[in-house]
Amino acid sequence: MSATSTAALLEGETGAWELVVGLEVHVELQTATKMWCGCSTDFGGPANTNVCPVCTGQPGALPVANEQAVADAALLGLALGCDIAEVCRFHRKNYFYPDLAKNYQISQYDVPLCHDGRLDLDVTTDEGEQVTRRVGIERLHMEEDTGKSLHVGESGRLHGAEKSLIDYNRCGIPLLEIVSDPDIRDPETAQAYLRELQAIVRTLGVSDARMEEGSIRCDANVSVRRPGEELGTRCEIKNLNSVRSLGRAVRYEARRQIDVLEAGGEIVMETRHWDEGRGVTETLRRKESVTDYRYFPDPDLVEIHSSRAWVEQLRARLPELPAASRARLQQAGLSAEQAATIVAGGLLALHDEAVAAGAEPVAVANWCTGEVTGQLSSAALTPAEAGLTGAHVAELVALIDDGTLSTKLAKDVLAGVIEERGAVPPAEVAEQRGLQQVSDEGELQGIVDEVVAANPETVEAIRGGNDKAIGALVGQVMKATRGQADPKKTNELLRAAIEA
Amino acid sequence: MSLSPDEVRHVAGLARLALTDEEVAELAPQLSSILDYAEQVGEVAAEDVPASTHPFPLANVLRPDEPRPSLSREDVLAGAPEVEQDRFAVPRIVAEEG
Repeated sequence: MSATSTAALLEGETGAWELVVGLEVHVELQTATKMWCGCSTDFGGPANTNVCPVCTGQPGALPVANEQAVADAALLGLALGCDIAEVCRFHRKNYFYPDLAKNYQISQYDVPLCHDGRLDLDVTTDEGEQVTRRVGIERLHMEEDTGKSLHVGESGRLHGAEKSLIDYNRCGIPLLEIVSDPDIRDPETAQAYLRELQAIVRTLGVSDARMEEGSIRCDANVSVRRPGEELGTRCEIKNLNSVRSLGRAVRYEARRQIDVLEAGGEIVMETRHWDEGRGVTETLRRKESVTDYRYFPDPDLVEIHSSRAWVEQLRARLPELPAASRARLQQAGLSAEQAATIVAGGLLALHDEAVAAGAEPVAVANWCTGEVTGQLSSAALTPAEAGLTGAHVAELVALIDDGTLSTKLAKDVLAGVIEERGAVPPAEVAEQRGLQQVSDEGELQGIVDEVVAANPETVEAIRGGNDKAIGALVGQVMKATRGQADPKKTNELLRAAIEA
Repeated sequence: MSLSPDEVRHVAGLARLALTDEEVAELAPQLSSILDYAEQVGEVAAEDVPASTHPFPLANVLRPDEPRPSLSREDVLAGAPEVEQDRFAVPRIVAEEG
């Protein structure tokens, strides 16, 4: 459960401090229906249209667990190396807040579905050293999401709002909470943990795990202590909207706590709000003690019994996980960075398809991590949405290899394929749009001769030893061919013409 | 088992109930007697009897992940004390739990 390599300590006025972080991550599942009722989970629809007596807690309405959500939860648990509880149950967590109409959230308390897992992370330290850190997973449990509140009033923010408007569409959507052990010792590992969890969740296809849309959310429990001492009092940091804010907030909070302690003060156990704009954490509320939630087993729901056979069936369904994919790509000759970009960027299927279609892995990777990523992200499309397949990428690489396309032209062809949403393959796009490279010597020779004849001064300069000046002539040939001249051949023909 | 007035006030506070001292005095023995009644279970519960939350030997009551019609928005909002922008309008939320 401990890190395999010790993290750097933080220096204070009075000596060294150790940072201790545990993360609580919530993942919204992308099932078709909610956790306890058949309401649709569609995102972004008109307010209060995916709502029924169960998700608003009307008297007599009975919740029934979503089979798919339970399977998804267990699958993620297995991917995190967890044990699946043979018997688990649901509890009511009682609190009053208008985004939960029942006045309790159905969650899991004493026996979660999954427990005792771990996540191994490759982290680059401040010194640029590559280390592997293991973070234990204490538990993964099932619960339900809450409704969305809109705060209206002067500022539009919670603070100073006059009233709150509630939309219960999200209320009851299956939510998983994954609680790590307090094994994290530096902000980089916290960020790596969140990124890896996101990649695993996406690989399993159980959630799109988009932080900006709230389908994955992260709270950080942060404390500091003198090396080797007992755990210090922790603060829970909320409102972390990106992997970057997680790193910034943890760094800020550690420094704040060290300053308080070194000034002779005490850390109060509380929830703090990360203010992204100002880069600070602020007191949100003092923490209620656990008993105040009055957890008790939900009498409307029965236990979940997980048979060994069911667990093994799920385990057999586990796809190749991100760490294994990265290792495989690196073995094929890709750099660690390229492998990470392809796996985290959702480009693995595209890459594998292209390689299966006969293309060379590193060439495919260069395209996937460069131009493909760039064009897809500026169009805000996934490969599937763009209609882009591995066969297209393989074809592009082949067209460059056989000289039909220059790298520059291939970029234009890729843009064309994406524009056509994959309906027209690269070779056809190149032909239709006249994007093939001009490497026909006869055609090029004519253009080269014209350029040489029209620029006697430049030609003289080159003959006089100013070799760099040839670039200007190449540029003119490119211009005349709208960028389609084969650069290598152009160079050869120009030199021959100048020397003649 | 007898509940102290402070315990009654604490429980009432969690349930967002404001009680007068007279009500606390009246409710304390009533709540105590309910607890006493429930405590009879302790007389038969033994180490070898596992805790249970249901009288029925049921497990894995699950539902396929298939959408069913929701209520109409009119029905959903019918019971709202106040409606604004098709949402339930409530007094501004004070920071408590999210």
